[in-house]
Amino acid sequence: MPAKLILSMDGVVLQEYALNKERMTIGRKAHNDVVIDNLAVSGEHAAIVTIQNDSFLEDMDSTNGVTVNGIATKKHFLQNNDVVEIGKYKLKYLNDQPTQTTAADFERTMILRSPVKPAAAAHADLGGITNTQVGLKPAIKAVQAEATGKFETTGSPSAPDSSAGHVAVVQILNGPNSGKELELVKNLTTLGKPGVQVAVLARRPHGFFITHVEGTSYPVVNGESLGEHPRQLNDHDIIELAGIKMEFYFKS
Amino acid sequence: MDIQEALEIVSLTHPGMVRSHNEDSVSYDAACGLAVLADGMGGYNAGEVASGIAVSVVMTEIKHYLEGVRPEDKDAATGEDMAVVLLRDNVQKANASIFHAAQSQPQYAGMGTTIVSSLFYDNRVAVAHVGDSRMYRLRGDTFESVTRDHSLLQEQIDSGMISQEDARMSKNRNLVTRAVGIDAEVAAEVHVYDVQRGDVYVLCSDGLNDMVEDEDIGSTVQMLQSNLPLAASQLIQMANDNGGRDNVSVILVKVNGEFAAKRGLVAKLLSWFKS
Repeated sequence: MPAKLILSMDGVVLQEYALNKERMTIGRKAHNDVVIDNLAVSGEHAAIVTIQNDSFLEDMDSTNGVTVNGIATKKHFLQNNDVVEIGKYKLKYLNDQPTQTTAADFERTMILRSPVKPAAAAHADLGGITNTQVGLKPAIKAVQAEATGKFETTGSPSAPDSSAGHVAVVQILNGPNSGKELELVKNLTTLGKPGVQVAVLARRPHGFFITHVEGTSYPVVNGESLGEHPRQLNDHDIIELAGIKMEFYFKS
Repeated sequence: MDIQEALEIVSLTHPGMVRSHNEDSVSYDAACGLAVLADGMGGYNAGEVASGIAVSVVMTEIKHYLEGVRPEDKDAATGEDMAVVLLRDNVQKANASIFHAAQSQPQYAGMGTTIVSSLFYDNRVAVAHVGDSRMYRLRGDTFESVTRDHSLLQEQIDSGMISQEDARMSKNRNLVTRAVGIDAEVAAEVHVYDVQRGDVYVLCSDGLNDMVEDEDIGSTVQMLQSNLPLAASQLIQMANDNGGRDNVSVILVKVNGEFAAKRGLVAKLLSWFKS
């Protein structure tokens, strides 16, 4: 479904426009796609360029300017629910297509076809964009996470701090740095001495995991050698690595 | 140092958390310094067919030619390194092969694939790519993309229409402007770069870089470079933890030593005569 614009004034909806053209113009004169017959509006006031699912607003050197969500702008990449104001008129931009990085129905890679011009292929002209897409039906089957085997994931993937919002900490228990704390705020934290023994602590949606990286001996957790496999860390686990003892815990 | 000793290469591919099958294909040959990754597209299983053809044609053809020519030799006609010519010609060969399969079998109509392929030789690497499969390089603390996507979004960024920051919010993410096997001909983009000891190269499908920020890919490779298989599985795990909406594949190439081509007196004389 194409994105649309809803024209209103003083809260009264006047008209709805589908953004089904590559370029739509807004202005006072009759040849515009969106005509607003008001003296505060320039003859050609603004334009909206739509490329596939993205739309861009451009002020066409209008006398009184354009604001988006209250901010004056010359050019703006429109996002769902943006409100464009021209004089007393409001144009609400609606595009409820899911953004691929957040929505589940994710479209597959598609090819934008432009005429074969091997030599000049570096810059496909934007006019070619309206050409056919050599596409495919988005035939996406949801597969249960468990079914794909090796990589188990539970919990919500977008919440990196699902460990009850607690900050995880490693505290050194012996040696010259005894008592020092290291907050595990990054996705990955390495521990140990490069070239001797190194382990990595990975923050995942469902907790923290320790994995051996290098060295002839493996890290020991609660007295058990880790081997090559990752191990999930629980509150108050004791890690031993290159002769250093550490405690892993969640700070409340 | 022999190229096989100088380069450490690992690869890993995974269907991701959403898709039922894997349309990516990966392959490498350490003895030739060759790595190829392709991300196929097309209905039913056509995507797998396209990426599979691309990888096997490029691998077997280049390996075959390398028995007869040296990648550092200059092509008589163009003066380019043979490595560049081999990559370009064999991506073209893969293109023809996919295109003909698609023309002759209706179930494969319209199939295509992206590709990124690298050939290491003489302390250099030649990289050919088509579409949005990428190669990154970690050198010291700098992690950057070596290839530039052939995609609508990249063109919009290049023309100044959209900023890098805004690009993250774009809904036009996976529209590629070039692909292998769609038309009778394809132009692969090929470049040659110097290689340094300690460099780590990451070839990946968009299932990785759409799901994991470049910065996180870079820091993961940097932290785990002493254990390359773990670095590869960690990257895939991160893509899957972030939703794993697409197939995800990586090839990691770590440069542990120099691999200058042997230049004896005879080889020098020969190259004088050739040029």
